[in-house]
Amino acid sequence: MLRFLLRRLALTIPTFIALMFVTFVAIRLVPGDPVEVRVGERGISPERLAMFRHELGLDQPVWKQFIDYGGQLLHGDFGTSLATNQKVLTEFAALFPATIELSLAGMLFAVLLGIPAGTLAAAKRGTWFDQTLMGLSVTGYSMPIFWWGLLLIMFVAERWGLTPVSGRIDLIKFYFEPVTGFMVIDAWLSGQAGAVKDALHHLVLPAIVLGTIPLAVIARMTRSAMLEVLGEDYVRTARAKGLPPRRVIGLHALRNALIPVVTIIGLQVGTLMAGAVLTETIFSWPGVGKWLIESIGRRDYPALQGGVMLISSIVIGVNLLVDLLYGLINPRIRHG
Amino acid sequence: MADLPRDETPLRAFWAAFRENRGAVIGLAVVMFIVALALLADVVAPYSPNEQFRDAVRAAPVWAEGGSTRFLLGTDSLGRDMLSRLIHGARISLFIGLAVMGVSFVIGVLLGLACVAFKGAVGQAIDVAITRVMDLIMAVPSLVLAILVVAVLGPNLVNTIVAVTIVYLPRYVRLVRASALAELGKDYVIAARVAGVGPARLMFVTVLPNCLSPLIVQAALGVSDAILEAAALGFLGLGAQPPTAEWGTMLADAREFIRSNPWLVTLPGLAILVTVVSINLAGDGLRDALDPKMRRS
Repeated sequence: MLRFLLRRLALTIPTFIALMFVTFVAIRLVPGDPVEVRVGERGISPERLAMFRHELGLDQPVWKQFIDYGGQLLHGDFGTSLATNQKVLTEFAALFPATIELSLAGMLFAVLLGIPAGTLAAAKRGTWFDQTLMGLSVTGYSMPIFWWGLLLIMFVAERWGLTPVSGRIDLIKFYFEPVTGFMVIDAWLSGQAGAVKDALHHLVLPAIVLGTIPLAVIARMTRSAMLEVLGEDYVRTARAKGLPPRRVIGLHALRNALIPVVTIIGLQVGTLMAGAVLTETIFSWPGVGKWLIESIGRRDYPALQGGVMLISSIVIGVNLLVDLLYGLINPRIRHG
Repeated sequence: MADLPRDETPLRAFWAAFRENRGAVIGLAVVMFIVALALLADVVAPYSPNEQFRDAVRAAPVWAEGGSTRFLLGTDSLGRDMLSRLIHGARISLFIGLAVMGVSFVIGVLLGLACVAFKGAVGQAIDVAITRVMDLIMAVPSLVLAILVVAVLGPNLVNTIVAVTIVYLPRYVRLVRASALAELGKDYVIAARVAGVGPARLMFVTVLPNCLSPLIVQAALGVSDAILEAAALGFLGLGAQPPTAEWGTMLADAREFIRSNPWLVTLPGLAILVTVVSINLAGDGLRDALDPKMRRS
């Protein structure tokens, strides 16, 4: 197991270096001088310009800049935002809990609905229920989620008034200092009456929007994994010894069908992050996705660079974790 | 595949298998309808997509109160006919989808075959280098990578295609590499080698045709993914720029009228959804028909 772990870890290192290289090169390809962006249009004296360049390390040869960049990253320095003059990591860390909260809620929605739906579809293979569900799954998988979000806002929030339109909590009614960064938990900690309910109300629509594509993928995957498992000998044995169908499907089959489904769930992290960019933009959800888009609007390239680096690192990390867990569950992967 | 018309059996067999899947046939019909609309956009669309009718700004569609048959689907905030813009939007979205698919198909085949074509240390180095780069691209969330590319190159239609192509390239490369690797060990390839077939001919003429089935399926489904991704970029203001009648961009423009003129939001999104669903349905049918082993269920 240790060898598998080390080998897998070693494989990620070149990926990280390449990622560093790509973000480094990308930012240098951006039209416009970062110093001039920072200075603004009024311009400054050549001495001050040279000073700024020196401060940013832009007077060094490119290869040295790259080494320095790598060194900074290793020290946890992901650059400084041009817009706010704050450390990118600080900004990211402040906003990231909002994205995690949203992603977890979206994933919860997808799993809680997707696994039962997929199981049921497999159990009732070929019926109208199965066909409808698979039709919905294709639709969900094909959904432009930015439009789906607008539709939900239009009907659920505006027309029926069931949920708020945007944000994480009603800032007029409730105010408390963030403790964990997770609004639902902070609201609970604050002890203010109705705060948790309000936070959850704000969370529902964005979570549904973000969870839609994972839901479609999970339902489909569960169905096909179930169908495969239902043909196995041990399922036939369980049936033959007279166990009720509910028990056969829910216990004997589902447990084994869940292995590939769990992998798929882990691999949805990338989808969630991409979806978070759109979902957060639509619902004014103050997470890293919205921040990334706003950074582009402000031409805040260090923030963009650091943000892409951080988001990608997290996705790589989670994928690695899923791989390791899978190796733990399934020895065949480990020794493959 | 060039001699299919003369020898119709494989095509017929394929069609018979494809026809079994009702969803796929419907999907294909809708896709063909949309393709026809896109090709004939100049003839079919009642107006030019950018013509502004100042007397009919945000006119209601025909079924809504105050709607008229002059603008069947209403007009947008600048008085442009929605129907015409949607039809021309089909042209842009399909163009993006096909361009991304075409470019990533060709580059994907070349890179994928390059991974396995060369022997010795050099071959292995090439393989590792290409595979690593593809792993990296896969590691960055699709939209985030596309955003980075567009932010660097600048937002427009061509760069959208470049960005989305980069994002989806690894799928093709990996697929070609894996299937070529599987084929290379087979007897017919060894026989060809023994017969003295050169490396280029071996790859493109002997191996490649046998890797095509999964690749064609990937290409079909890749078109719909590319359309979605490009629309998302357009929606974020990082894709095609106004006044281009791109569906995602139209949605972004319509956001502020979500309360007053909901059809401005509903229609472009519906166009994206219908197109993508149809392509996916047809693609699933293609998968089932081309290779029963790959069936999803």
